[in-house]
Parts: sequence; C-alpha cells; structure tokens
Amino acid sequence: MNAEAATPAAGEKPEFWRWAENVWVDETKDWRSAKTLTLGIDVGSVSSQCVAVADGELYAYSSMRTGSNSPDSALNAFKGIAGQTGMTLNDVHFVVGTGYGRVNVPFSHKAITEIACHARGANYMGGNSVRTILDMGGQDCKAIHCDEKGKVTNFLMNDKCAAGTGRGMEVISDLMQIPIAELGGRSFDVDQEPEAVSSVCVVFAKSEALALLKGGYTKNKVIAAYCQAMAERVVSLLERIGVEEGFFITGGIAKNPGVVKRIEKLLGIQAMATKIDSQIAGALGGALFAHTLVQKQGPAKPLLA
Amino acid sequence: MIANYGYKDGSGEYYISIDTDQCITCPVGRACLGACPKGMFESMVDDYDDEVVHVKEQFRRSLAYDCAECKPSTGRGPLPCASACTPGAIGHSW
Amino acid sequence: MITAGIDMGSRTVKVVLLEDAKVEGAPALQFVVKGKHLMFPGDLDADAAADQAFEEALASAGLDRGAVGAVYATGAGRKMVKFATDSVTEMSAGAKGASFFYPSARTIVDVGAEEGRGIKTDGSGKATDFAGNEKCAAGAGSFAEAMSRALQMSLKEFGESSLRSDRSIPMNAQCTVFAESEVVSLIHSSTPKEDIAKAVLDAVASRVCAMVRRVGIDNDVVLIGGMVHNTGFVKSLQTAMGVDEIKLPDMPEYVSALGCALLAATQRA
Repeated sequence: MNAEAATPAAGEKPEFWRWAENVWVDETKDWRSAKTLTLGIDVGSVSSQCVAVADGELYAYSSMRTGSNSPDSALNAFKGIAGQTGMTLNDVHFVVGTGYGRVNVPFSHKAITEIACHARGANYMGGNSVRTILDMGGQDCKAIHCDEKGKVTNFLMNDKCAAGTGRGMEVISDLMQIPIAELGGRSFDVDQEPEAVSSVCVVFAKSEALALLKGGYTKNKVIAAYCQAMAERVVSLLERIGVEEGFFITGGIAKNPGVVKRIEKLLGIQAMATKIDSQIAGALGGALFAHTLVQKQGPAKPLLA
Repeated sequence: MIANYGYKDGSGEYYISIDTDQCITCPVGRACLGACPKGMFESMVDDYDDEVVHVKEQFRRSLAYDCAECKPSTGRGPLPCASACTPGAIGHSW
Repeated sequence: MITAGIDMGSRTVKVVLLEDAKVEGAPALQFVVKGKHLMFPGDLDADAAADQAFEEALASAGLDRGAVGAVYATGAGRKMVKFATDSVTEMSAGAKGASFFYPSARTIVDVGAEEGRGIKTDGSGKATDFAGNEKCAAGAGSFAEAMSRALQMSLKEFGESSLRSDRSIPMNAQCTVFAESEVVSLIHSSTPKEDIAKAVLDAVASRVCAMVRRVGIDNDVVLIGGMVHNTGFVKSLQTAMGVDEIKLPDMPEYVSALGCALLAATQRA
C-alpha cells in the first residue's frame, strides 16, 4: 500500500493532517570517536525514522515522511542524519531494519519485528521499570508487555482496522478541517466532556461526527468525543495484555494529549515522561539490537544502499 | 511470550494467542501446523532466536472470515488447532 | 387488516403497507405500497425520518394512519420508531419476507449498506440460525460504495464494469479506510477500472460468504438488501458461494419491510 498516493495532489486542498519532519543530533558527542556505531531504521507506513547509536548510547535521529517506496524512504531517513553529521554507511558497523517496510531496507544486515524493537527502545528511553508499552502509529496500534530487560512477554497488534490508529485521527482532522497537531488541545476546550463516539468503524464514526455537528455539537466537542472513543478502544486492547505500572507511550499518538490524557484517566495510570521524541522508539530499539549484535559477532560489512 | 495475532474492528475482537514458550519444547511435533484446515500456522525463528509457531501474515487481518468454517454459529465442535495443541498453547478470543 | 412494516436501515427507511387478506397466496404483490425515505448519513433523528416515510407511503396509498392496524419495525434503528406497535429482528423480518417470494428459500443472504448477514430458514418463513458482520464497513455495501467513489463511478456503473473483468486481483486491505489508499495505488499503477471494481466486489463477496458459511449454505439461496442491484456483486457472490443460482427478489431492499408487515398481519390477526 502506498501512503503518499492516498494524499491529494499538492495545492488541491490543505492537508490538515500533515506533520513536520525533523532531525536531532547530540552535539556533545562525536560519532568519529565511537568504537561501535550502529543504525536502526524503522520504515513505517506513514513516517520513517533512522536512529544512530554510538557505543550503545543514542547519538542522532531523524524522522521523515515515508515516500512511495520503502528503500528510498529508508535511505532518505539516513540522509537526514548523514547530512548533519557527515556520517556515511561505510562508517556504520551494523544496521537493523524494522517496521512495516523492514524487509525493504536495502542496506540493513538484519530485520527485526517492530514489536521487539519498540520494547527495546522503550526500555532505553523509559528505563528498566517500563512494563507496558502502547505504540500507536499511522496505520497500526500495538500493545506490548515486557520484562526489565526490554524483552517482550506479551503483545498484540491491530493493523487491520483504521479505528484506533493515527489514520483514524487523520480522517477526523480532515473532516473537521483542523490541523492534526491542534486536535488534542482543542479536545479539552469544551463546556462539558461528551460521551465517546459510539461507532468504532471510522467510516461510520465519520457519519456520526457529522450528525453530532448537525445536532449542535461544536467542532471541539466532536473532537473530544472522538478522542474519548480512541482512548476507550486503546484501553480495551491494553487490557488484553494486562496493564502494569511503568506505562510508556510511543508513536505519533504520544503527541496527542487529547488521547493520552484520556487513556491515563481510564487506566488510572500516568504515562511515563520522556525527553526523547517517542516516535523513534522502534528505530532506537533496532539500533540497540544492532549494538548487541556487534558486541557478540563483531561489525558487519557495510551494504550498499 | 504470549503472541496475539489478529485484530479488533467494529464487529468484534478476533485474536489467536500463542504461548510461544510452550512451542520451544513442543511435545506433539508442531501438530497445529497440519491441524488447521487453512494452514494458517507456520514455524519460524523469532526475534529472540527461538523456534516458535505464528499465524501467517496473510491471515492476521481476516481471522473472523478465515476461521469462520471452524466456528459454525450453532453446533460448534472443538477447534482443530486448539485440540491439536495438547499443551494448550493456542487460544481464541472469540 | 392493513399492516405496515418499517425497515430502519442505516441509510434509508423502507416502508411497506400491506392488506394481508389480498396478499395471502397471491402470486404478485400488486396490493403492496412501498415507500422509501433517504436519511442524512448517521441521522440522529431517526424517529422523524420514519414518521415522514410512513406519511409518504400512507399518502400514496390514500390511507390515513387510523386505517393501519399494526406497525412493526425492524432494522438497526428499529427501537427508534416510537410509533411502532412492536419490533422484530432483521433476521425474522428477512426470513419472513424472503420466504414469501421464494418458499423454497433455505439460505438468505442480506447485504445492505452497513451490514451483511446470513440467515437460515426452514421453509415456514422462520429464521432458525444466523451469522452476521455488523458495525464494520468492510463486510457490506459501504465498502463497495467508498471504493466506487474513489473510482469516480456510480455504484451501478461500478457493479456493471466489474462484469467486464475476468482478472482476480486480491485486495490486501481489509479496512475500508485503508482499502481506499490501496485502490488509489491501483489507479496510479494504471490498473483498468473494471479489474479494480471486480477486486473490490470479490473482496466483499468473500467476506459475506465466509459469514454465510457459518450457518451453512443450502439451496435455494436468496439475496436480499440493496446490494441485489449490484450485478457485479451478485456474480462475485455466486462464485464465492459456489452455487448455481442465487434468487433475486424484485424489490430486494423492501423484503425486510415486507417481512415485517407480514409478521404484523400474522401476529395481530
């Protein structure tokens, strides 16, 4: 499936669901002095991340939109880091590919599922007390339970249905004509917290949202009703694997307080805070797996992109 | 590891759970692989280098339909997959 | 006695007025008055919509409300029809209505805009078993409708064009929302429209068929609901079910409303 193709041609209409690409480098470090330099590349359906880990520590990351093909998107994500650091693929000792396009990362030495990578990444970002991980990406939602080493003990995923994924949120953002980054904030600007939209299916929820608007709800209130529905849905998935303290949220949804705060309220557990962009958890986990593999097997030969 | 394959959509929740720790020491020679009339299960090496069973990718998004024949709306017998797995590692959520 | 059946679907309200004595054993339904009223998608004011549809049907029959002995409601919104005497499930109404047209019916497939289901009946017009897929757009007409929109075709053109294709392209996406992107990529890769239409209708048919298999497929098979008008879907369904014939009633979307009116007539007589 092709995420880019689904978007209307530029200039046709404003794309309210667009988000910004970004690159971050730890300026206090220099990759040239690292003994081991590894990469994790997470090619998701909507965004692709590349994380560089130097001697087992996070060094740099980039988050880019996934293009029409996975190999190019993987390379593009690496170029985000390369452009700011001067690093080339020849300098890297091991590359792990993950995410939905993981088998299409041409310069990766190994593919590891995003479930294992997210758990590993969250264990690094949130520390070894992380037990429950929620990852909501553009086209899927994952609930993971892991042990103190970041090893997965129980997981489930939902990538069949758009409800409860970032895509469902994009549909509402488009319907309401409100940029996706504003949805969370607006959802709290209501006179009274509404009941959740009752339809799970995004197609039916769309009709329901229109009916609510017609029935006198403000846009913000409809957004609140939708965020609540999303939160309830996520919580029901989390409950299948069992929720424990040490709750960590990754993926694009972490940036939507409208959903996160409602999930926390339903669970009665606060999500752990992180300074690092939580969207990179999968790629970070991949780079950490790569680091361990270098420790065990030694550096791999660089592969051509 | 408990691996849950499947999904939840507006019509319900459809997950097949596999307790993969039990696959490692499978005493029945992976009987589940042949038991499923649709051949939905497959043996593979997981991310932690253990050889376990999983539900093939192409079935994970359509379990409600793919499992339908083993689940007649009335007069349902035991499920072939769960019966074949005598250690009880396979479960259905619906 | 004159009875009314109201089928509160997700998109439309269907009304059938019936003078039962004349219908008993009659080969054709010349004494039936049909009425249909479109609702705003997801309209919350279902009661008002039902009321309007009922009034319209009464006006075209030249009757007033007092002439109607009993009003039975069915469909997803049946509880919202406040003026109904009673309500029956979609299964009961579908089985009764389909058996009226085809007493030989044993398996009834009902595919409307938002729901698809299989009903088993025993020849007496009673539903004996059912299985359905509700509340997910993928297993019903909405899926085809959304995809026909992506192809900028009417649902009718969409169905007809699929008949011109003999290719089988599997659809990967199970969800309507994700499938839209898949259809867009198929369009971009210059896949002929008729092949895409067939891929979509085959996908809906295989889902509906899987549900029907849960009750078992016995001849005769009758298809009711709005999707009967989609000739491509009927063909895809027939292939998926592996049956020689699927019987199609003349007024497919009114079958459940008729079943309702028939049940009202039998039970209130």
